[in-house]
Amino acid sequence: MNNKKGRFGNYGGQYVPETLMRNLNELETAYLHYKADADFQKELMDLLQNYAGRPSLLYFAKQMTEDLSGARIYLKREDLNHTGSHKINNVLGQVLLAKKMGKTRIIAETGAGQHGVATATASALMGLECEIFMGKEDTERQALNVFRMELLGAKVHPVTSGTMTLKDAVNETLREWVSRIDDTHYAIGSVMGPHPFPTMVRDFQKIIGKEIKEQMLHAEGRLPDTVIACVGGGSNAIGAFYEFIDDTSVKLIGCEAAGHGVDTPKNAATIANGTQGIFHGMKSYFCQDEYGQIAPVHSISAGLDYPGIGPEHAYLSDVGRAQYVPISDKEAVEAFEYLSRTEGIIPAIESAHAIAHTRKIAPTMSKEQIIVVSLSGRGDKDVASIARFKGVNIHE
Amino acid sequence: MNKISKAFEGKKAFIAFITGGDPDIETTENLIIAMAKSGVDIIEIGIPFSDPVAEGIVIQEADERALAGGCTVDKLFDMVTSVRQSVDTPILFMSYINPIFVYGKERFMEKCSQCGIDGVIVPDLPFEERDEIAAECLKYGIAQVSMIAPTSQERIDSIAEASQGFVYCVSSLGVTGVRSEINTNIAEMIEQVKNVSNTPCAVGFGISTPEQARDMAARSDGVIIGSAIVKLVAQYGTQSVEPVTQFVRNVSDAILSV
Repeated sequence: MNNKKGRFGNYGGQYVPETLMRNLNELETAYLHYKADADFQKELMDLLQNYAGRPSLLYFAKQMTEDLSGARIYLKREDLNHTGSHKINNVLGQVLLAKKMGKTRIIAETGAGQHGVATATASALMGLECEIFMGKEDTERQALNVFRMELLGAKVHPVTSGTMTLKDAVNETLREWVSRIDDTHYAIGSVMGPHPFPTMVRDFQKIIGKEIKEQMLHAEGRLPDTVIACVGGGSNAIGAFYEFIDDTSVKLIGCEAAGHGVDTPKNAATIANGTQGIFHGMKSYFCQDEYGQIAPVHSISAGLDYPGIGPEHAYLSDVGRAQYVPISDKEAVEAFEYLSRTEGIIPAIESAHAIAHTRKIAPTMSKEQIIVVSLSGRGDKDVASIARFKGVNIHE
Repeated sequence: MNKISKAFEGKKAFIAFITGGDPDIETTENLIIAMAKSGVDIIEIGIPFSDPVAEGIVIQEADERALAGGCTVDKLFDMVTSVRQSVDTPILFMSYINPIFVYGKERFMEKCSQCGIDGVIVPDLPFEERDEIAAECLKYGIAQVSMIAPTSQERIDSIAEASQGFVYCVSSLGVTGVRSEINTNIAEMIEQVKNVSNTPCAVGFGISTPEQARDMAARSDGVIIGSAIVKLVAQYGTQSVEPVTQFVRNVSDAILSV
């Protein structure tokens, strides 16, 4: 066990260039200050409720439950938040914090575009300049979100280095931050990166699990048996899990992107295939080769197309508190269609990974048992790429 | 460790950086031998990494060329072993922490000591994380060079006290690469180091011409040049020994004139 700050077991840490350390220390100090500041918390809660639309619904998926004829299934509807995903929870917190710190400019990476859209939205709301870095491949598969960010006043930089996906967008945002640091806050979109980000982002996202617990106690009078969420960096998953970590009767399951399959080179299943490493400021598990070169990863979901996982998940996996399972592109697309037709809810392709695993395990559970699925985002953004996957030619 | 500090004795040191295996291992070996004969006091070999977040485009592309050419850390160890038959100049590895960590920290430092590497510079290992490899470095006598940046300020004291061989002073905000101007108050940074430590201070990031090198050498104990040399390697590839030799001679002359 490592006793240094920002550690989850041996994972986490602050593995960044010296230039960034002053800012990270300032951020940590400010975060700890405002975390305990009642006015800040009140202002944030007001934004979450009256701007983002919290609490999000906990919806009993009756059709799905009947169809799978096993556990009772509830969907935590983060897709109904303003901007269409859980990302807004974190971004409202970070942008508000950055504004209190006197920053005037927000930069962020984005994969699917959900975090970029949320960041552009919060920056527009609070009057801060915003620049988003997005892998060029992702700007193509998520063209609608690029235009959405531009509508919100953000400048979008297509990243052409490396594999031109999420990891490269993080590299480029880090390079930008090192170059212009005084007026700029890097709003990292997941529970990853150097301390204090994994802890701070988790704290901004833990409202998901807190609401699940309250809503579940109200609806069923007891805790769920299983909580399922998709995992890229892992922010919606840790948000959904965190409140239940001490409730050991609640099984926690994260669904990783297995792409073409964990036995193929084209996957992003970090816990299944990764090894310990140090990258993007943190010690965790990464998909990489024997020399520590980060592997090019693949997932149909731009939001899960990342070679690492947040350090707290690495720890929860090691100690056995949470379980991580791989879900292939094909299974995710089937679940995407399944939820659309069964419940009339089009999930984000990321969230469809969690639906896919629910379809596998719900029938094996008893009718008295309860599963909560974190439906982290809505699927409008994915319609074109799902059509492409199925070989359907549509004109946007 | 002494070997590195000695390169600063009675003179301003010239530290030259190239990416290992760019465009191939043989060229790297030839470049090291040529630079050692042409006024370079310390040679820094970058271990190519898939995601070099502290590098500008010049070294990013060098890393890509080296990895595409099949460079691995094992091949670099073999190359350094071979180079050591004719070159006595101190040689450092510049590596991101992940290639060291994944190779095995102890195994990595043991190999370094066996093949004749004198020190390591790890750009994503700030003071707070230097213990990650400190014990292994100590055990195998590998100097752990620390970096200070324009944002370090009150952090300079503890970093400078811990640094071995020399203190790497990052001249500007941002990533590595050629800059037309350096606006940081280098003298002030160095003065702060000198208050707590006798370790020499070398300045790097953005220095690309003999004139800039002379100017920086006048204000410090040494000068580090990377991207400007790597640019020549990018341009001339396997034929880069001659233009690089010419360039480092010019820089060396400029530094000696201080």
